[in-house]
Amino acid sequence: MSTDARRLADPVLASTEVAIDRPRQHRPDADTAGASGPVPAWFRFFSSELRLVFGRPRNLALLGVLALVPIFFGIVFRLTLSAPTGPGNGPAFLNQLAGNGVFLALVVLSLTLLLLLPLAIAVIAGDSVAGEAGLGTLRGLLTVPAGRSRLLAVKYAVIGVFSLAACLEISALSLIMGLVLFHTGPVTLLSGTTISLGAGVVRILLVTVYVALGLTSLGAIGLAASTLTQHPVGAIAGLLVIAIASEICDQVPQLSSIHSFLPTHYWLSWDGLFRAPIDWSGMTHGLVSFAVYAVVFGSVAWAKFTSADVTS
Amino acid sequence: MTSAAGLALSSSGLTKRYRGGQLAVDGIDLAVPAGSVYGFLGPNGSGKTTTIRMLLGLMQPTAGSHDVLGLPMPAGQARALPLVGSLVEGPAFYPHLSGRANLARLDAADRTANPSTLQDRIDRALDRVGLLAAADKRYRAYSLGMKQRLGIATSLLRQRALVVLDEPTNGLDPQGTREVRALIREIAADGTTVFVSSHLLAEVEQTCTHVGVMRTGKLVYQGSLAELRGQARLLVKTPKPDQAATVLRDLGLTGVTQDSQEVRADLGTMLPEVICERLVLAGVPVAGLETPRRSLEDEFVELTGEGFDVD
Repeated sequence: MSTDARRLADPVLASTEVAIDRPRQHRPDADTAGASGPVPAWFRFFSSELRLVFGRPRNLALLGVLALVPIFFGIVFRLTLSAPTGPGNGPAFLNQLAGNGVFLALVVLSLTLLLLLPLAIAVIAGDSVAGEAGLGTLRGLLTVPAGRSRLLAVKYAVIGVFSLAACLEISALSLIMGLVLFHTGPVTLLSGTTISLGAGVVRILLVTVYVALGLTSLGAIGLAASTLTQHPVGAIAGLLVIAIASEICDQVPQLSSIHSFLPTHYWLSWDGLFRAPIDWSGMTHGLVSFAVYAVVFGSVAWAKFTSADVTS
Repeated sequence: MTSAAGLALSSSGLTKRYRGGQLAVDGIDLAVPAGSVYGFLGPNGSGKTTTIRMLLGLMQPTAGSHDVLGLPMPAGQARALPLVGSLVEGPAFYPHLSGRANLARLDAADRTANPSTLQDRIDRALDRVGLLAAADKRYRAYSLGMKQRLGIATSLLRQRALVVLDEPTNGLDPQGTREVRALIREIAADGTTVFVSSHLLAEVEQTCTHVGVMRTGKLVYQGSLAELRGQARLLVKTPKPDQAATVLRDLGLTGVTQDSQEVRADLGTMLPEVICERLVLAGVPVAGLETPRRSLEDEFVELTGEGFDVD
């Protein structure tokens, strides 16, 4: 087959033949990645997205505010240690705090799950697509072409990474504050059994990952909301309202029939980790609920985004 | 029908009707020859940007089909679009990132780009638009002209077969406009097809080889610039325009219009001296006879019924 015949058979080659015939500028190997590049293309895009989210001043400020929470509550609880709280008052595990500082991580995670963590995820998830649309950068990415499904997958992966980073930050700082301000030692579980400090820290890490997964499933709702608008503030506010409304409904006994369907219902169902033997039932229900929310709203986001006209 | 291999862009019956029912693009058949500089003209709101958005896969056509670089869309998007550089409806970048970081971000989204030559390619693209000195400045601090040039730089990040520029001189001063024109010529000299939309006449007249003219969603003219300007007209000055118009029509001339002092018609292939002789023989007093070469602006006004925003 002659070169010309091949060009005619291949429309892209045919239309670029003028460019190919001019060797002055054209260096095909310099522009185009080989099949086995040193960095996979998806990882390049993913790390670019990570740098974008974690390099953005607003998001860093958000992580900065989250860092203040363990410090603030560590000091508050240390100063008020002598004032006993009756059973049933205050957040879970607050009564264990005097005996062991590692429980500060659980107390602070429970408190930040009320507002600050959902807010942080709402900002990242609500901004994910709507922010690009609002800036106009979405049309640039899509004409690259980044690929709509691929863009959405990368956005959601980074929402997950941000959730995990926010939760790890809170747990790590709480553990440090707990070690500095309170007694620490072997951890007494709710069932009375005692495990080593190291084993206790591992369980707190498991709680952290579980909470991050819960927030990531909320992030799927945010991702879907973000594909519906060009105004990130709308998507952010919408998701925050959903999260808070869900938490409020979860507190109303008259709504108990729908409690287990609420997106935030299982966020605190990790107390089974602090029993011996570990009671996995709450967390298992939670993981199923998170997965269902992620799949349903991930599909909504995908269906909307892959068919939408980009007019921004 | 032209073979797809000769066309960088082609469409057939491409139509976009918005949800409100408004017909933004009404069945246009584009044919952009490979290697041409195609000026896509039309007043603001005539459907140029909507057409470009459909061509690049940002919008789904309501009806019709189109090919980019000979590949049918949208199936061929992943193969064709990496060879297409584009600037759609003004530059849009992350304000807190530098010009360099913004280009790197777009390149990272391109699964066919080679990361090991990235810095080289960014330097080259920024150099060509004269932004190398401001490469590490935040986009937020760029002037309007610099933003526009960064937008053009994205289309130069790789060797392209086609570059689509939507209103590339918007917001530029006369000096910047001249630079963009020079850049378009330079891109075209490399063999790249350039598709440039504009409502500015001078931009097109000085750089394009082909034009397409849009009016309220329809492509009212398409062809080479030489063809558009080559349609000579005839102007007869006479105190008896009715009589003159009858003679011209009898001669088979088209596009005859008249007012109280003069008659105009398309000259076609007829020689002016023959027409003059016929008019005199018919007893029409001829006060003057001209074959004015029409400016592109005249053509445009006639085709669109609207004037240009001439800067």
